Amino acid sequence: MNGIHDMGGMQDMGPVETEKNEPVFHARWEARVAAIGRALAATGKLKGGLRPPIENLPPLDYLRMSYYEKRLVSLVERMLAGGLVTRAELDSGSPAAGSAKSVPALKPVDVLSFMRRTPSLLNDNLVAARFQVGQSVRARNINPVTHTRLPRYARGKSGVIERDRGVAPFPDTSVYGQGDKPQHVYSVRFSAREVWGAGAAAQDAVYIDLWEDYLEPA
Amino acid sequence: MDTTRRDFLTAAATVAGATATTDLAHPEDHVHSEVPSDVALRVKSLESLLVEKGLVDQAALDAVVDVYENKVGPRNGARVVARAWVDPAYKQRLLTNGTAAIAELGFSGEQGQAITVVENTPQVHNLIVCTLCSCYPWPVLGLPPVWYKSAPYRSRAVIDPRGVLREFGTQLPDDVEVRVWDSAAEARFMVLPERPAGTEHLGEEALAALVTRDAMIGVAKVLPPATTGGRQ
Repeated sequence: MNGIHDMGGMQDMGPVETEKNEPVFHARWEARVAAIGRALAATGKLKGGLRPPIENLPPLDYLRMSYYEKRLVSLVERMLAGGLVTRAELDSGSPAAGSAKSVPALKPVDVLSFMRRTPSLLNDNLVAARFQVGQSVRARNINPVTHTRLPRYARGKSGVIERDRGVAPFPDTSVYGQGDKPQHVYSVRFSAREVWGAGAAAQDAVYIDLWEDYLEPA
Repeated sequence: MDTTRRDFLTAAATVAGATATTDLAHPEDHVHSEVPSDVALRVKSLESLLVEKGLVDQAALDAVVDVYENKVGPRNGARVVARAWVDPAYKQRLLTNGTAAIAELGFSGEQGQAITVVENTPQVHNLIVCTLCSCYPWPVLGLPPVWYKSAPYRSRAVIDPRGVLREFGTQLPDDVEVRVWDSAAEARFMVLPERPAGTEHLGEEALAALVTRDAMIGVAKVLPPATTGGRQ
């Protein structure tokens, strides 16, 4: 979706403001949002991608809300979609009468190993690669109204495949449970001038990892 | 809309309060002394609901927070960088397969399935961003700072990297090639900064102490150790 989240290339957002000695969390609730998200991930029952609920926020809300407020929106939506809680339970703050009590999927003793577990990648040979390293490609000019990882600023631009990053599920469909469509992802080098015009430094470049379905031969 | 607006203002005030705190060792104490914000109350209510339903264990949540606050973070990345500086074979492995080489030092986990390390040289300067969201290599850098997730950084890092670098006090010669890495897929990037001159005598631990988070994002360079008695 051509939403406010896809902000690469905008110029009116002001200077980057940093904070000295920034804490990991600015308030206890932020830490709890992060932790609840991880603990519920262990149930395997959160449904839907993390990002679509955030990307679907009205643009003004997206810009106003802090990062963890947006994470909370996403967490609640995925809990509801996965049937972990009901809207009535969220409103009342209490479990529905007569509802069964679960056993927490993430136990304190398992936290360290759970947090150190690296998610696995798909086998690179699962599907054949359509493009080769060194090949010229163009990012397709597509404008899906749903989740996509093809940034607007790259659409229609030509680049060169720098590296084949292997196979991954296609987020445009997989986050909606509409099929993994596993395919190769490529690191594509776009010259800064191709993307931003003659004002950019001739030698500068932007590298974007793009799924095969986003690309066509140039 | 009113609720959202109020939540935002409250959250903004909370963040501002934490920022204004001078007692940096205990930023949360300050926040705790404030009237709880709407969002803080909502999260508290959500947590007790989930505990009552048996979906989360509060001690497990505490342990997760402890990992985020104390066990992951840029000190991990700094150790990786220092090892690469002193051990050419390790550096080669790191640049070839970041995730595997980083795991050699015991760092792994969420957001670490495909860590790609990009090397700064006198000719090439790398900068990391996630224009669409907030992708970041958690096992080596921890959770990202607010500015990394902010609209100004995400929007301008790709179109004006040199301008953004100047805001961080990093001035690059015109002939250096700037490579911006937009983390749009599974790969998470980390910059291997240049080892500063005058550090030949330093061991791995002393080198790691020089490496900053910002240098591993690519908005800064690693500075040589301050001369004793001199200005920074």
